[in-house]
Amino acid sequence: MSSRRSRSRQSGGVSRITEDQIGDLVSKLQQLIPELRSRSSDKVSASKVLQETCNYIKNLHREVDDLSDRLSELLASTDTNSAQAAIIRSLLM
Amino acid sequence: MKQSSIKTRFTYGFLRTLKRLPKTRAKSSSFSPEEISKRCRIIKLATDASMASAVGPRRAWSRALIRRVRSQRRQRQRQWLVMRRTRRGERKKGGKEVGGGGQTDSLRKLVPGGETMELCTLLGETAHYIKCLTTQVQVMRNIVDLFSN
Repeated sequence: MSSRRSRSRQSGGVSRITEDQIGDLVSKLQQLIPELRSRSSDKVSASKVLQETCNYIKNLHREVDDLSDRLSELLASTDTNSAQAAIIRSLLM
Repeated sequence: MKQSSIKTRFTYGFLRTLKRLPKTRAKSSSFSPEEISKRCRIIKLATDASMASAVGPRRAWSRALIRRVRSQRRQRQRQWLVMRRTRRGERKKGGKEVGGGGQTDSLRKLVPGGETMELCTLLGETAHYIKCLTTQVQVMRNIVDLFSN
C-alpha cells in the first residue's frame, strides 16, 4: 500500500520536474532568437518561441544556401590561393 | 566546447574543401552553368560536412548530420549502379514515444536527427544547433567578403 502511494507521488514529482526543465529550455531558446531576445521581460508563449525558432532556423539555412551560391560564382573568377592566405591570416588575428 | 574552437575547425575544414575544388583551365568554362551548379552542390555538401566534423560526435544533431553526410557520399558513389530513392522515413525506429505534439513537428524536421528525439533533448539540441549555424553563417560571410575584394 505504502509502496503504491510513494510510487504515484514519485511519478507526479517526475512530471513536474520535466515541465520545469522544458520551460527552462524554452526560455534558453528564446534568448538565442534575436526576434524574441528583446521581449524577454514579457511572457512569450512556448508555441510562439517554437514558431520563431523554426523561422529562424529556416532563415539561417536559406542564408547558407545563398552564401554557397555566391561562393561558387566567386570561385570561378578569383585566384583562390592568395585570397585564402589573406583569410587565414585575418581569422588568426 | 567553445564556439571559437568550432569556428576555427569549421573554417579550416571548409577552406580545405574549397581549395580541393576542381580548378577550371580555360577562363570561359569557369562560367558555364553546369560548372557553377556542380561547384555549388559541392560547396553546399561541404558546409554540412565541415560543420559535422568541426562539432564531432558530441551532440545528437551532429551525429545525425555525420550520418546524413556519409549516406549522401555513399549515394553519390552508387548512383551509377541503380536509381534508388532513399526511404529514410520508413527506416525510422518504430513505435518510440516522442513528446511535444504538433507544434514541435516542424522543428523536428529542421534539426538533424530531430525526428526521434525526446522533447527535452530536442530543445537542447536545437539551442546548440542554432549557435553552430550562426557561427557557420558568420564564417561564410567573412570568406565571401574576402573573396569579393
